[in-house]
Amino acid sequence: MAFIPHTREDVESMLETIGVGSTEQLFDEIPANLRLGTLAGVPEALSEMEVGRLMAERARLDGRPLCFIGAGAYEHHIPAAVWAIATRGEFYSAYTPYQAEASQGTLQLLYEYQTMMASLTGLEVSNASLYDGASAMGEACLMAVRANRRSRSQRILVPTTVNPLYRRAAAAVAGNQGLVFEEVPFCTEEGCIAPAALARYDGQDITALVIQQPNFFGRLEDVDALCDWARARNVLVIAVVNPTSLALLKPPGEWGSSGASKGADIAVGEGQPLGVPLSSGGPYFGFMTARMEHVRQMPGRIIGRTVDAAGRPGFTLTLQAREQHIRRAKATSNICTNQGLLVTAATVYLSLMGPAGLERVAAASHARTRELAGALTRVPGVRRLFSGPVFHEEVLALDRAVAPVLEKLAACGILGGLDLSEHYPELGHALLVCATETKTTADIERYAGALAECLREARAA
Amino acid sequence: MSNVPSDLKYTKSHEWLRTLPDGTLEVGITDHAQHALGDLVFVEVPEPGRKLSAGEAFAVVESVKAASDVYSPVAGEVTASNPALASEPEAINSDAYGKGWLMRLRPAAGAAPALLSAAEYEKLIAEEGG
Repeated sequence: MAFIPHTREDVESMLETIGVGSTEQLFDEIPANLRLGTLAGVPEALSEMEVGRLMAERARLDGRPLCFIGAGAYEHHIPAAVWAIATRGEFYSAYTPYQAEASQGTLQLLYEYQTMMASLTGLEVSNASLYDGASAMGEACLMAVRANRRSRSQRILVPTTVNPLYRRAAAAVAGNQGLVFEEVPFCTEEGCIAPAALARYDGQDITALVIQQPNFFGRLEDVDALCDWARARNVLVIAVVNPTSLALLKPPGEWGSSGASKGADIAVGEGQPLGVPLSSGGPYFGFMTARMEHVRQMPGRIIGRTVDAAGRPGFTLTLQAREQHIRRAKATSNICTNQGLLVTAATVYLSLMGPAGLERVAAASHARTRELAGALTRVPGVRRLFSGPVFHEEVLALDRAVAPVLEKLAACGILGGLDLSEHYPELGHALLVCATETKTTADIERYAGALAECLREARAA
Repeated sequence: MSNVPSDLKYTKSHEWLRTLPDGTLEVGITDHAQHALGDLVFVEVPEPGRKLSAGEAFAVVESVKAASDVYSPVAGEVTASNPALASEPEAINSDAYGKGWLMRLRPAAGAAPALLSAAEYEKLIAEEGG
């Protein structure tokens, strides 16, 4: 069978049936200024051999730089077994097969994944994943509006210590559905939210508060105080968390100090650090977990364990009545799906690492970042911008504009971090750096040496 | 054959209304509706104090095969919702006009909904093939 979805004859016959002159005409309703026209750099059609050669050439342009950029996607060691297992024929599919009678292996894997994520975040229920961390935050905001039935305002407090790209994605996903995102400023000395900054919202109808831990600057927020503030005021708490960090930090389900009302309501985040390689922004996967009381407002697929007619255990999709194939426009989400293959890799990764292995990764990343920040702040013209604890990222202040320095470092094969001036001009010459367990002392010394050289040259010029 | 008590009012979207002695209205879904939905597994009822306009969705009834909205027949303010349904959604299947009530509301002044009598509602479901 040829892998051709429809021949030219098929297309012509279909167009004739519906009375349209060309395929292009089907897209007429999309305004011309929103249409790309051509894809620059993408050739029309190539043979497999030509594609292989082209992609190898382009990959060479990237080189093998030493990467100290984090900011939402992190370079971690991925055991060789992870993708060897994830790409087995039984798992390797462009789409997730859901028929219980044909997919027990896949469904069991997703069920195990959900169990691991619920355990990692300290919450009761997980879905089978979402597109990525940013869209998961948007979905969490929509879910909070449905779940917080005592709030009518649809107002979501989003501190500016939350990843700026996540904030933009959440506004794109939920902004046109009547949600109002209100930015909460952070303390520029500490690099995190001052819980007192929330006092101005006392007595107002607020639907939810988003808390990123560690925050975009790598700093640890006072999650207990923030969570207590929210829970005492009928404000739902949406935690945005790094899954690796949860091996060391308090899970969202345990945030807060007061017994019964403890914990975040929803936790979301980017699953990429769990066995998925960095690749130009994706595909990655988003995760979402929640308290059981909110399960019916949770978007996406959920796999459940059940028994068949003969009483034998098995796995199947559950709580589907609120999904789009049944509830159409009124579904919990019409824009989400799961990322089956990446979740397979993450599940294998977590199984191989185990709790102790993940804790070693987190602890090593933290230690490497302290070492990195120590080495870089010994370079003249570089200092720490914020005081206080971090996980595996730190903001440094340079004595001059960051972008030209990063360019020079890149020429030496070093990706030196993220220039924060685009998203946080108020922070001046701020550079966000990250080190994980993949960086050695020699790597860190190489970076510090190159940075010293770049700054010396710049000063001399 | 569906049970359609003659002392209640009905809507085309299969809700029933009972006028209580204090002038508030009790609302639920009809026996015909619960039968069409099948075994209910979850019911979402409104918070007391919520203001509804006529035709606004105020509850969601979820069975093993579908989740459906329930619409308020009149404008008004919710005075109570049925707390027992959280743990016993099947009360709607077994006793749609009694234990299965969804909410009570105080109708807004001047609200004059177009409702069906029991006879009219019976005719409607007969036409729908019920």
